[in-house]
Parts: sequence; structure tokens; C-alpha cells
Amino acid sequence: MSWLSKLFTSSIGRKVIMSLTGLFFVLFLLVHLLGNLQLLHADGGKAFNHYADFMAHNGFIQGMSWIMKFLFGLHAIVGLILWRQNASAKGQKYAVKVTDNTSFAGRNMIWLGILILVFLILHMGDFWFQMHYGDLGEMDGVKDLAKLVAIKFSSPIYVGWYVFSMIVLGIHLWHGFESAFQTLGARHPKYDGFVAALGKILSVVIALGFAIIPIIMYLNH
Amino acid sequence: MKLNLKIWRQKNNNAKGHFETHVVEANEHMSFLEMLDVLNQNLLEDGKEPVAYEHDCREGICGACSMVIDGHPHGPNERTTTCQLHMRFYKDGQTITVEPFRAKAFPIIKDLAVDRSSFDRIIQSGGFISVNTGGPRDANDILIDKDTVELAMDAAACIGCGACVAACPNGAAMLFTAAKVSHLNLLPQGKLEKDKRALGMVRQMDKEGFGNCTNLGACEAECPKGISLINIAMMNKNYLSASILSDKD
Amino acid sequence: MKINGNVPEGPLATKWTEYRSKMPLVAPNNKRKLDIIVVGTGLAGASAAASFGEMGYNVKVFTYHDSPRRAHSIAAQGGINAAKNYQNDGDSNYRLFYDTVKGGDYRSREANVYRLAEVSGNIIDQCVAQGVPFAREYGGTLANRSFGGVLVSRTFYARGQTGQQLLLGAYSALSRQIATGQVIMHNRREMLDLVLVDGKARGIIARNLVTGELERHSAHAVVLATGGYGNLYYLSTNAMASNATAAWRAAKHGAYFANPCYVQIHPTCIPQSGDYQSKLTLMSESLRNDGRIWVPKHKEDVIAIREGKKKPTDLAEEDRDYYLERRYPAFGNLVPRDVASRAAKIACDQGGGVNATGKAVFLDFASAIQRYGKSSAHIKGIHNPDAATIRKLGEEVIEEKYGNLFEMYERITGDDPYKTPMMIYPAVHYTMGGLWVDYNLQSNIPGLFVLGEANFSDHGANRLGASALMQGLADGYFVIPYTIGTFLSKEIRTPKISTDLPEFAQAEQAVKDQIEKLLSIKGKTSVEEFHKELGRIMWEYGAISRNEEGLKKGRQLVRELRERFWKDVFVPGSAEDYNNEVEKAGRVADFMELAELLLIDAEARKESAGGHFREEYQTEKGEALRNDKDFAYVAAWKWNGWDQEPELNKEELEFKDIELKTRSYE
Repeated sequence: MSWLSKLFTSSIGRKVIMSLTGLFFVLFLLVHLLGNLQLLHADGGKAFNHYADFMAHNGFIQGMSWIMKFLFGLHAIVGLILWRQNASAKGQKYAVKVTDNTSFAGRNMIWLGILILVFLILHMGDFWFQMHYGDLGEMDGVKDLAKLVAIKFSSPIYVGWYVFSMIVLGIHLWHGFESAFQTLGARHPKYDGFVAALGKILSVVIALGFAIIPIIMYLNH
Repeated sequence: MKLNLKIWRQKNNNAKGHFETHVVEANEHMSFLEMLDVLNQNLLEDGKEPVAYEHDCREGICGACSMVIDGHPHGPNERTTTCQLHMRFYKDGQTITVEPFRAKAFPIIKDLAVDRSSFDRIIQSGGFISVNTGGPRDANDILIDKDTVELAMDAAACIGCGACVAACPNGAAMLFTAAKVSHLNLLPQGKLEKDKRALGMVRQMDKEGFGNCTNLGACEAECPKGISLINIAMMNKNYLSASILSDKD
Repeated sequence: MKINGNVPEGPLATKWTEYRSKMPLVAPNNKRKLDIIVVGTGLAGASAAASFGEMGYNVKVFTYHDSPRRAHSIAAQGGINAAKNYQNDGDSNYRLFYDTVKGGDYRSREANVYRLAEVSGNIIDQCVAQGVPFAREYGGTLANRSFGGVLVSRTFYARGQTGQQLLLGAYSALSRQIATGQVIMHNRREMLDLVLVDGKARGIIARNLVTGELERHSAHAVVLATGGYGNLYYLSTNAMASNATAAWRAAKHGAYFANPCYVQIHPTCIPQSGDYQSKLTLMSESLRNDGRIWVPKHKEDVIAIREGKKKPTDLAEEDRDYYLERRYPAFGNLVPRDVASRAAKIACDQGGGVNATGKAVFLDFASAIQRYGKSSAHIKGIHNPDAATIRKLGEEVIEEKYGNLFEMYERITGDDPYKTPMMIYPAVHYTMGGLWVDYNLQSNIPGLFVLGEANFSDHGANRLGASALMQGLADGYFVIPYTIGTFLSKEIRTPKISTDLPEFAQAEQAVKDQIEKLLSIKGKTSVEEFHKELGRIMWEYGAISRNEEGLKKGRQLVRELRERFWKDVFVPGSAEDYNNEVEKAGRVADFMELAELLLIDAEARKESAGGHFREEYQTEKGEALRNDKDFAYVAAWKWNGWDQEPELNKEELEFKDIELKTRSYE
């Protein structure tokens, strides 16, 4: 076995995959959020549509998007493997369950992750697929994705589901961000506090940032 | 005080276990194990087999006592082993549930006694400094920074009880393994074999069927010796750098 | 009969070096053909087994625990002595030797003790090389503290967990050998008999404690490192499973048992609180460095404190009797353990006991907190600090030094020793007696070697603090690896010992019969109750102070108890199972026989020495009165079975390099 496969089949190696991919997604989420916030421009969706068009046609971005999908798949699959392994390593569960020595987020990473996966599949179908292959009207020479978004966000059920998913994402990050640093061994008394705070701030900002858009659009429609 | 004990009985690892309920008359000065002694004495008087549980030094250092009390390894008190848990923390009439440490890598031997020899095999995979008896240089030739020794000692305080594994929802043995890796890798004497140690011990840990760390921190919270999660971070870093950069592999 | 310790000739200081240089050796290719059994994995056993493995012998090591790391050496708190003279306070091998012989009340074998002092420094070097995290000074050098009975600081320590760290060091060395396959580990196995072939120790019968199966194991030599017999008192600071079965079963095959009456009662343990109590917890002797021991001077204060009407802190300095400082101004609170224990008993017998049972004295840290607080404030540049600041700083220093001990005390008693003095009382702690061994650590049975607390050799009638760890590791790392060669060099032509020999079959059958007998009695009384009763008898008649009448009565009571045991003991379950009661029954049966021998020895030794205090033999001031003319010998008893008197063999103790004096700590 080569050193690389030994590394990535070990428990720590797999965790490293989880943390590196996870941290990468945080970056992606921040970029995505900045793009989405253009929906709040009162310009009829013009800025957003140009942004979406750029993202859909730029070669670098397209390349990144496929790497992203691959990494996401990896994150999900390795996550599932770890979860299965852990469940079997524990064996029988205790009759008395305690929750005061772990956080809700930490305990439920797998379920939060699965919810995010479901959300993502639906989300890709709703927007990414439509953007690439759907028959959207045109506006200012580019596909009018903003209109589709506005239609979707006019449904209270859709908005509710979206907001719920973002809360789930936030909780996932609440544990995930700091945990990634622990897994990579990037800890030091001097900046542990900063990482912890940054993780919590990012979780709230990302969840809130994404969730506020449908809420505002729904209220404005 | 009268206590209702719900206690796990299991003939051996292949048998099916079940809870048994007993009422025990205890007093507040007793340790938890002395309360179990009373239970066993009652069982013996009734001509029944006493509950098997492991214990030895009864002063919190040998690491033999291994039971989960109301969901907490070594009971609800922080930084306390079962043998040092005292009954003054319980109320008259309280029900207490006692279960064995649960993890696939800790098969049950009988009742509350489990087999923790997997820990020994992890130590055998690198938890030592390769120095033969005889001929080392004078002890004071190796100067070690006081703070470094204190950190090493914090990690070396591990008693190998397995509460970390028992507490971990994933049945992971990272805290135990990391404590030994940190203890030795922090010290100048241990640095020579630092990479080999991290690789060897982590691989053995995986082989024993322990789960993966998800940084939940239950191990740290339940550790009777307060071993810190920072040790796991240090081991992760060590293992990574050994995997990627070291030629020891 | 007179026996001989086989001490080599030559001047004391060079004896060991010269002997070692001329000792017969076993060639490396022959070591591969020789098997050694080591029973016990404490400091002595683990260090010996690891060293044998490194040398190339085939080693089989046995422990009744699940892991070698659980051996009770782990619980030693305070430290390990070594004559390094790192503190530049005048320490030397000779001084350590002298202190140890004096502390042992001149009842140890001079040559052994000198060797112990000589290798003490190597132990520290070895342990540091293994990664034992001993306490350090800011400059990176090793730190020391002082212990009872000496005037220098020579004790190395790792917080209050020195035994743990040393054992983990030896365990790691052992683990390394297990990984190479040179040592084969047999855990959860209890040695239940020694097998002799043609008069030599050639193997053991061990019981697998999980399956109950009896196993035969053979070797060219057998090394016992199975600890002491303090648990025969039921309540002691030993671990619950600590037992004398391996040693005692060797004694039943004719191995001499030496000086069983030398039992150390440790002065600083947490007092007993009730009948249900299963063990006593030690508070490290190192606490006596900073703690002051006292009882109230006036009876009315004692009563007020017992009834909770007064707090110990309410008593003014002049109303307290710091009895150790008063009686022994030179050593004060740091007198040896036997002296401190007896003084505590006397203080309580005179009505000064400060808890409800009347069996406790105070160990007070208030002065030390003040002293450290002031010096700490000075270092920090705080001028005219207020009382609260001094207290806080002082408590910080105390916490750094003894934090884990204070925590342990509070956990057990519920009292905060930073605010109120600790209560302590003596408890059985260590047994200086043990199987008799010669200078090579070989018993009178050829091929049977005994190490650590299990032998009798180095501590005489009383052991000094921090010397048990030293002896265990000296025996295991630096003595037995050489001296076993004196026997094994003659065995290089002996092929592997077959376990099919009739001696093995016989021994196995005998063990089997005994277990079946125990299970078949089906009486009414549990093993635990017999053990408790034995402990009560022994504490009453054979502990801190003894007299002829009591010893005779105790012996009678022990014999009666034993008879009752074999008629009325109840051992449930089966032998083919994990059955703690079967284990305990065998151990208690052995304790009862050994207890009788202890009382016989105590009666025969008509003098007071160290841990053996006979009320008939004391000075006017109540100190131990030795009789060097008639009793400067090792009493090595040959056990002839329950129905016959044991036979006394004497090894005369010669003191060529040390003058026999009345021990004085005043």
C-alpha cells in the first residue's frame, strides 16, 4: 500500500479529508453568499443575472464547480463511511443516554449532513439545472435566473424549507469549522479562542446571510 | 439510605445480557464500590453469584474500575474514578443504572468486567522509548524545560481506564492513544521515535476496531484525569506530518 | 539452623562491582535457549522481565490483572530516592546506605543495602531515558524533595504520581519486548503453585482467571515479584487484590519466609469511617514536608472538636500539641514512619484523637501556606501583602506541590484541606518481611528468585519513604539481570523443561483439588467476612504495638478462624468461569497461614525493632528497645504445614561498616 492510501484509509486520514473539504466549502459558501446577496439589489435582478451568467460560463469557475462536486461527494461518502464505522465500533448503546458531555451539533453531524445533502440535490435541480439546461427567459442578454428565484421564493413552504435548511447548515458549521482545525492539529492556546469565535461567527453569518434573502424577497413580493 | 440499583448482568461476551434490579442499604460515607460490596454480600447471603466488576487500588490510579453509572463512565462527578465516587452525592430512594463500558474493542467478560487488552497492544505498537536497561547518560545531561515536562506529565497522568472509549459515542480511543503519544513526543528523549510512534500507535488503534474521532469532547469531559483534547490535536498533526513528510514510513 | 546470605568477600564499597566483574555469565547464544518465568508486573517484575528480554532470554511474564500497568506499584505517590547529590547537600552512596540501615533499625543485610544505594543513581538515569516526566527546576535540571528519616533532599518525584510514572516506564519497556516476541505476556493468570523438579524451581501452575483453566508453564528459573502481604490485615493501603499467594505457595514448598513480623504502618492515611470500609487511602508522606501534625492539648478541646462544637482552626497555637516537633526536635514531622505511627497511636490512646472514632490526628498546612505565601509575595514584588493575598499565594504553592493529594482528600472526606487541617491515622502499608533471599536474590530453593516487596532483603525492620520504588527497580533493572547468571550459567545444558513431567501433573492436581474443596464446602460465611475477621484479629494483636500475651491469643484466634474457614466458607459459582470468589478464597486461605507465621515470628523476636514494637521492650521514653546481642539476625522460617511448628533458621547480620547505635531522631 502506498503512503497515500495508507494515510487516507486511516481514521485520522479520513478525518483530514472531512476537514479539508469542509473548510473548502466554507470558502465556497462565502463566495456563493456574496453572489446571492445581489438578489437584494433593487434592480430587477440585473446584477444577479449577470453574476449568474458569469458563473455559468467562466471556464475557471466551471472547472472549480466540477472539483467542488467531486469534493462534496467525497465529503458525503467519507462521512457516511465514518458514521457506519463509528456506529459499529460503539456496538450496543447505553440504556441511560446522556447529552451533557457533547454538543447537539457534534452529535448530529451525520443527520445534519444528510439534510444538507437532500437540500443540495433539490437546490441544484431547482436552480443550477435550470440555469444550465432550463428554458429561462432572457433579460439584458443573459438568462433571467432572478425571475425564477423570485417565483420560488414567493411560496411560503419553499421559503420555510430553505430557511430551515440554512439553520441546519449553520449548526453543521457550528461544530464543523472548529472541529476541522482540531483534526488538522492546528491548535495553539494563542489562537484557539480566535478560531472558536470565527467558527461561530461564520456559522451565524452564513446561515443568516442565506436565510435572510428568501425572507426579504418573500416579504417584498 | 436505600438505593434501587439497576445493574447489568451478562454471563460472557456471547451470552445475552439483561438488567437486574436490587435494593441496597447504603450510607453516605461509602464509596460507590463499597456500596456494590454490600450488594455482593447480600447476593452471597442469598446463595447467589455476586456481580463481577473490576477494581483494585480503590484510590483512583490503577484504572481497573470500569463501569458506566447513569450514562457516565465513572459516574456523574468530574475527574473522579468510580472507586472515589462517594455515596454522599446520592439521595435516599434514588435509582442508579449501572452498565459496563460499551465498545466493540472492549468485549464483555462478565457482568461489568470488560477486556481492555487492546490498550496494551496500542502501547506495544510504539508507546515506549527504545532504550535498553543500562548505560544511559546522567539524568541531568538531558535538560528539559519545566513547562514542557508539566505538559508531558499532564498527558502521562492517563490511567488507561478506557473511560474515554466508553464515553465516546463513536467508541474511539483517540484520547488514550494521544495521551501516550504526547507524553513521549513532547520530551526530548522521545523525539527520535516521534514519527514511528504516531504512525504505529494510530494504525494499531484502527486495527483494534475503535471508532473515529469526531471531536465531540465527551472523552475529555468524562476523563477522570482531565486529559485534554489538545493531545488529540497534537497527535493528528504528528500523524499527518509523519505520513506526508517522514521517511520513517 | 544457621544460614548464609552468600555475601561475597571484599570491602563494602567495591564489593558489588568486583563481584559483578567476576560473576559467571551466560553467552548470548545460550540465553536464547533459556526460559525464565516472571510472576508479577509491578516495578520489580516489569523491569526484570523487560531487562531479561533485552538480554535475549525467553521470558514468560504473568499478572492476574488485565494489564501489567495495573500492578499496585502504580499507587506509590511520593517519590524515589537516589544518592545523586544534585542538591549539593552532602548526599552520597554511603549516606543513603547509612540512612537506610539506620531507618531499618539495623536489621537489614549491609551488603544488599550498599548495593541498593550504589545503583540508585542508575535508576534515575534509566527512568529519565525512558521518558519518565520527573519534576524539573526552571533551569531544566531535576527537582528533589525530602522524605522522612533523612536530612538531605534526595527524592525524585513526578507530582504525587511517582509510582505511576515509574511503572508506566517499566511497562513501556516491557511492552517493547512483548512487541518483539521476546517476552510473552500472560495476563489474567494467577500463579497457584510453584513446580519443583529435582529440587529446583522449574515452573508454575497458573489459573486463567477468565476461563478458570489451569495451565502448566515451565522454565529454567522462576522469578517472583509478587509484592507484599499487607492485605492480610484486610484494611491496608494495598490494592484489593494484592495477595501473598504466589510467595506463600513457594513457602509451602520449603522456601524460607523471613521476618514476617516486620510490617510497616504508615502514619498518614485517611482515617477509617465505618465497618463497610474496604481499604484505607494513603496520603503521601511528602505531605509531612509541609504539614505539621498535632492534637489539642486539652481534653475539653478534643471533646468540643469531636462534637463539632469547635473547629480545629479555632484553637490557639498554645492549645495545640505538635507532639512530633516536641518529642523529636531534630527531625520534627519528618521522623521515620514507624516512629510517627506509634506517636499517633499514643496521642490517640491518651485521648487526643480528634474524630468521632477517636482515631485521628491533624495534619495542618496553615503554617506552610503562610510561609509560602509570604515568600511568593516577595518574589512577585508585592510589598506589605494583606492576609488574603498571602493566603491565596500560599495556597497556590501548596496546590502546585500537592494539588492532586488535596483533591483526593477532599473527594473522599468532603473536607477542604486548604481551609481545615487534614485528619490522618496510621494504616498498614508495606511489609518489610518476605521470602528469604541471598545476595543474588535467590531463595533457598535453587532457581527461585524473589524481587521487590516480595523478598525481605533491604529494608530491615522499617522502610524509609521513597525506598520501595528504589528497591523494586534496583532489583529488576540492575541486580537480577546479573545475578540470575550465577544460576543459569550452570543450566545451559539443560534442555527445555517438559510440562508433561509428573511434578507438573501432581502440582496441577493439588491446585485443582484445593479449588474443588473450596467450592464444595458450601458453608454460610463469605470469604470477605473471614478476611475481615482475620484483619480484626491481626490489627488487634499483631499491628502497631504487640505483647506476648496478645500474640499468643492472636495466634489461637487465627487458628480457630482457619478451622472455621475450611468448614463454613461459601464460595459460589464454578471453577470454570470468571469467578472472583474462587480467587479470593484461595488468597484468604493463604493469608490465614501466613498470619499465624507473622504472629509466631513477632512472639519469637523478643525485642523492639522498627515496625515491630513489643511493649515489653521499650526505653523509658517509650522508644523501641533493640537487643542486638540476641536478635541481630534474620528469622527465616521454614513452614512445615499447619499441624507442625515452623522451623526457625537464623542468618546472623554482620555490621562491618556501620556502628550499631540506638536509633535517635531527637
